[in-house]
Amino acid sequence: MINRLKSVNKRIWLSGPYAVWVFGFTVIPLCMIIRAALTAREGGFTTGNIVAIFDPIHLKAMLFSLEIAAGCTVLCILLSYPLVLAMRQLNMGKKGFMMFVLILPMWMNFILRILAWQMILSNNGILNFLLRSAGLGELSVANTGAAIMIGVVYDYLPYMMLPIFNAVAEINEDLIEAARDLGANGFTVFCKVIFPLSIPGLLSGIVMVFVPSMTSFVISDILGGGKLQLIGNVIEQEFTKSMNQNLGSGLSVSLMIFVLISMAFTMKNDREGKRSAIW
Amino acid sequence: MNDVILQLDSVSKSFEGKVILNSLDLEIRRNEFITLLGPSGCGKTTTLRIIGGFEKPDEGRVLFEGTDITGFPPDKRNVNTVFQKYSLFPHMSVEENIAFGLKLKKKSGQYIKDKIGYALKLVNMDGYESRKPDSLSGGQQQRVAIARAIVNEPKVLLLDEPLGALDLKLRHEMQRELIKIKKEVGITFIYVTHDQEEALTMSDRIVVMNKGLVQQMGTSKSIYDEPQNAFVADFIGDSNIIDGIMKADRLVQIQGVPIPCVDTGFGKDELVDVVIRPEDLEITAPETGYLTGRVISVIFKGAYYEIKVRAGAYDWSIQDVNPAPVGSMVGLSILPDNIQIMHKPHSEDAQAVREEE
Repeated sequence: MINRLKSVNKRIWLSGPYAVWVFGFTVIPLCMIIRAALTAREGGFTTGNIVAIFDPIHLKAMLFSLEIAAGCTVLCILLSYPLVLAMRQLNMGKKGFMMFVLILPMWMNFILRILAWQMILSNNGILNFLLRSAGLGELSVANTGAAIMIGVVYDYLPYMMLPIFNAVAEINEDLIEAARDLGANGFTVFCKVIFPLSIPGLLSGIVMVFVPSMTSFVISDILGGGKLQLIGNVIEQEFTKSMNQNLGSGLSVSLMIFVLISMAFTMKNDREGKRSAIW
Repeated sequence: MNDVILQLDSVSKSFEGKVILNSLDLEIRRNEFITLLGPSGCGKTTTLRIIGGFEKPDEGRVLFEGTDITGFPPDKRNVNTVFQKYSLFPHMSVEENIAFGLKLKKKSGQYIKDKIGYALKLVNMDGYESRKPDSLSGGQQQRVAIARAIVNEPKVLLLDEPLGALDLKLRHEMQRELIKIKKEVGITFIYVTHDQEEALTMSDRIVVMNKGLVQQMGTSKSIYDEPQNAFVADFIGDSNIIDGIMKADRLVQIQGVPIPCVDTGFGKDELVDVVIRPEDLEITAPETGYLTGRVISVIFKGAYYEIKVRAGAYDWSIQDVNPAPVGSMVGLSILPDNIQIMHKPHSEDAQAVREEE
């Protein structure tokens, strides 16, 4: 036992390089941001930069971000489950190929993907060319919330799909057969067995989709034409255009607090989910 | 007692070109404990899965009380399954697991509660209502799985090697309990196992299968005492299987020695398989036995000694409560009743059966 502890103690040093990295590039910058957030532009302590989130303009951007993030999360969930259920039936080789197809876009640069969407959705873009060719008129999707939504869903879908897929793939076929045997039809099997058992995957999917889509700003910049502002865009502009690093930091801290609170809710539900069945 | 509840009518099934079931016919009677017994890959589990509705036969029909249910999904059949790996829902308590089927049938809360209480008592698990499956031992999980199936009052209960994952002592205990449960609930049990001892202990009737074919069907005693072919003889219990020649009715020649038996109706000088159970051979003085040989090994097995005697080119296996000194010459004697004579396999399928050995 003591020997074991010793070897664990020794092995902990293997995390050294990572610890240095995190300390240098996450912990220190975070402290700097918090310090800047609590400092007025003219110097001296203030909480004004943090409370500034409640300014109508900032609040509007925040709500729009929330709308995009929530919408994106829901759409990703709705797209993921049917796909995952279909993939469950495939044999190993086909499963691997489907995975490959799904991850393929992730190998392309993120900015490139968004620029491609811009080309597709712009008023003289591919989408409208196809619609015109088919005699269906035009759609002006570019620079709307819809365009931003398409962008975030496209970008974050794999992060929802993969953890749900992993959770569902782990469910033993025997359990599904047992449910069928006890009188459950396909839909009931999903509601009573597959879905409850996929919740851990669903929750990590939500965390991985909701947070980045809430805080993104490049996608809205490119696909929203700079007119529609997410809270991320506001923060970015405070740093780059207004050169008000203190306000930018303050808004970042507010956003971070909001995200942490919503994640705490998700995690709390997760633990409860493990204690009692969802029946 | 000839009330057929379930009938398989020339059912065939292949997986990826490999024939698993070859035109299987099977009649299962109401309230019997029938066991499908055979080595892995013999088609017994596939048969069970076809009855349960998890596999569709390529050909043939499944009739349940005269109705063709071949195309019915599992949830539309009046049968329930106890799976080898228990397959309890890990996110539900014992109680919720057992209630699963009843809730789907929209039974009242009180009915479900009573049923759970009754079923848990039946499988000796009362007091475990709120436990989660992963906090139970394998034996306990299997009891819950049995309770979960039985509460639905199926007319037929399918059990797919339900005791396969348990240790020997627990297995014996569960065998006795399953018989008790069977008597209590009075429904048909179709039991799949590769364990011949388990089959002999529990079944009213055994179906011995190999290579997708029924080798023999009958009571435990008839299958043990009168195996119809070498595969059955070899698979059920230990046996000495040796070539013989029928010299006349009631006289078989083994290793050049004519020995009286009770079998008749074979051709004169027909080549046959002779089966003799190890416990039926008696060690005598060399001059009084039919055969003589040298003792080559003696192994203590608890209730008996397993003795190997080499006579000619064949090593006889004998079970005796008394040991014999290794290296000594002994005689082997046998009562005519205990010699089982079988025709040599002639068809190709029957030949395949032999190759398995």
